[in-house]
Amino acid sequence: MFLTNLKRICKAGLTSFFRNSFISFATVLIMTVTLMIIGSVMFMSATLTNVLDQVRDKVDVNVYFVVDAPEIEILEFKDQVEDLPEVSYVTYTTREDALAQFRERHKDDQLTLQALDELGENPLGASLAIKAVEPSQYESIAAFLDTDPVLGAGGVSIIDDVNYFQNKIVIERLNGITDAVERIGILLALVFIAASIIIAFNTIRLAIYSAREEIKVMRLVGASNMYVRGPFIIEGVLYGVAATIITIIFFYPVTFYFAEYTQEWLGGVNLFEYYTSNFGFIFMMLLAAGVVLGVISSFLAVQKYLKS
Amino acid sequence: MIYFDKVTKKYGKGATAVEDITLSIGPKEFVSIVGQSGAGKTTLLRMLLAEESPSEGSVFFESTCVNELPRGELHNYRKRMGTVFQDFRLIDNKTTYENIAFAMEAAGRTDAEIASDVPHILDLVGLGDKGNHFPHELSGGERQRVAIGRAIINQPDVIIADEPTGNLDPINTHEIMQILEKINELGTTVILTTHNKGVVDAVGRRVITMENGKIVRDDKQGRYIL
Repeated sequence: MFLTNLKRICKAGLTSFFRNSFISFATVLIMTVTLMIIGSVMFMSATLTNVLDQVRDKVDVNVYFVVDAPEIEILEFKDQVEDLPEVSYVTYTTREDALAQFRERHKDDQLTLQALDELGENPLGASLAIKAVEPSQYESIAAFLDTDPVLGAGGVSIIDDVNYFQNKIVIERLNGITDAVERIGILLALVFIAASIIIAFNTIRLAIYSAREEIKVMRLVGASNMYVRGPFIIEGVLYGVAATIITIIFFYPVTFYFAEYTQEWLGGVNLFEYYTSNFGFIFMMLLAAGVVLGVISSFLAVQKYLKS
Repeated sequence: MIYFDKVTKKYGKGATAVEDITLSIGPKEFVSIVGQSGAGKTTLLRMLLAEESPSEGSVFFESTCVNELPRGELHNYRKRMGTVFQDFRLIDNKTTYENIAFAMEAAGRTDAEIASDVPHILDLVGLGDKGNHFPHELSGGERQRVAIGRAIINQPDVIIADEPTGNLDPINTHEIMQILEKINELGTTVILTTHNKGVVDAVGRRVITMENGKIVRDDKQGRYIL
């Protein structure tokens, strides 16, 4: 009997969805706008995360070693730093690499290159670029570097300089800005999503309000609450599915159009690429949002008339 | 079968719809409840349908106290009632066939039973060729026939008809009353409320007259007297 009832409920919901075409159209339209807002928030979040990651990625702590620091000691020190829980990864630049990079950077500056050649030896020391797991952890990494000097054979520290202390204010300010942008982004996303959910919920409530007499009749002829509620919930699911399909199709040309601009203005974030490579995820998220919104709204709206 | 035990219904701050009603209706009776608008006829029926609860007293259907039924049990109780209203109360987006079939689906009947019984009932109420019509495509009399078809499809114990001819012309009124009398002859209790003197007098069965929420007359083979 359960399966028979389920089949009947699904059929009734489907039939009602198409027969009340104007109400369905209006509800799907509002639901589509809601999902577009949710989708846009997803795109904005991805873009923002990418931009912030890029900004954060530019921050690191560089440890410069004295020119005669033995490589074996540098590598031992590198291992120690890598073992710190705050450290994400460490990049080692040898003296030779540092020289090559210097030459590359100054390839158009003949005067500098000539001066370098006149020196006859490599004046640059090796260095470690340390990336923290979280930008806020640079402070403790720097503290470790400061309190645990690495001594060479002569009892002198092999570390020539740590650039954190010069950049500390900039790093902290940057952290503050990225955190604030992230918080504002989340807040704005929540406000947009909440507003759109309320609008969608009210639209579904209005759609079901128009069927309140129908609900009363269903109850009078002896339909159980589940049997009355079922078709409206199926309609809610259909609103969600239809709105998801429209939204996901809508985003194809829109992300394609904006891809060029976002790539140019937002440091390499290609929206269209993000859309196509995360299509399954975006589709499932929108579908889940649409269906859950449709089902919950329908359930609550019908519940009101089942109580009376 | 149906027993109203000292039932009073008050709304808000003291507006009394029915007051101290004690009334018994037996099986297979055809009872007409008459009275002016606001006399309390519909309130009485709504309490029998468990749409309203009495402020005082109890409504019994057989041994069941209707006003003590849990909400989850109401649908099972209502399956034993067939309802017909002045405003038809059909489901607008369902066809004639679907409106009647819905009552069977709600009662948990099988698809085979529905496929067999609904056409039979449609023929019985004279709408055999209008199964695919929507309510807005039917006349008032036809809509009321659909409502009657829906009310009788599950062979209920009682048919409750709240002014079923209120929106109908004399010919349709006569036809609807003939159907209700036929249903009663087949063993179903019919409770009818109406303003129509001609209808009550033509039926010539038990008439309960209400005035200001109270029963003022109860005649076995009565007439419409106000």
